[in-house]
Amino acid sequence: MQEISTYPLIYISENPLQPEAVIDLVKSDHCGGIDVFIGTVRNQTKGKTVVRLDFESYDKMALREMEKIARKAREKWPIDKIAIHHRKGSLAIGEIAVIIAVSTPHRKASFEACQFAIDTLKETVPIWKKEIFEDGEVWVAAHP
Amino acid sequence: MKITLVSFGIAKDIIGSREMEYELPDSASVGNLLEKLAHDYPDFKDLTSIRVAVNTEYAKNDQVISPQDEVVLIPPVSGG
Repeated sequence: MQEISTYPLIYISENPLQPEAVIDLVKSDHCGGIDVFIGTVRNQTKGKTVVRLDFESYDKMALREMEKIARKAREKWPIDKIAIHHRKGSLAIGEIAVIIAVSTPHRKASFEACQFAIDTLKETVPIWKKEIFEDGEVWVAAHP
Repeated sequence: MKITLVSFGIAKDIIGSREMEYELPDSASVGNLLEKLAHDYPDFKDLTSIRVAVNTEYAKNDQVISPQDEVVLIPPVSGG
């Protein structure tokens, strides 16, 4: 396993994400709060059983867009550190797809910044997930 | 001019390959590219949206494309 200290703040990986490592990345003596969002793979969509999710990423641009989210969040809230890690490849039910961790002096800002980061990621970062069902597969959000 | 068009997600499925050479008029814009794609690949009309990134930035329809640009089709994203 990779040494915790070598993970970057903004990161895309085919390997399982490490919540402890992401929390360590944003720990700070200046901060009274760390908010962490962990997105996991759900076993159903609209009542249909999901077998697994396949994530595909345009890495170069996705990393840039994730950096932009971190930068915009820093403009809005007094953030000490923000880390965004996203998984790609084939994920089983229950596996972690994304981790966002934010440290701020007081808790309110960390909650707000973390929500902003995940909401914006879902709109702007070029990563796609395909839901694999027992009887087919579909790219999420592709069709109205 | 010939550009290299890279596609992800459902755009890759519609086109049938990750990368393809695509012929466009010289000084074509992103809008011209989308119009030609909709003509050549009617399935794009069924998508919620389709955006184009030029050199890793979302591009507006009036942006002019050069042959050496990195042009990527961005169907509706669904990370997280």
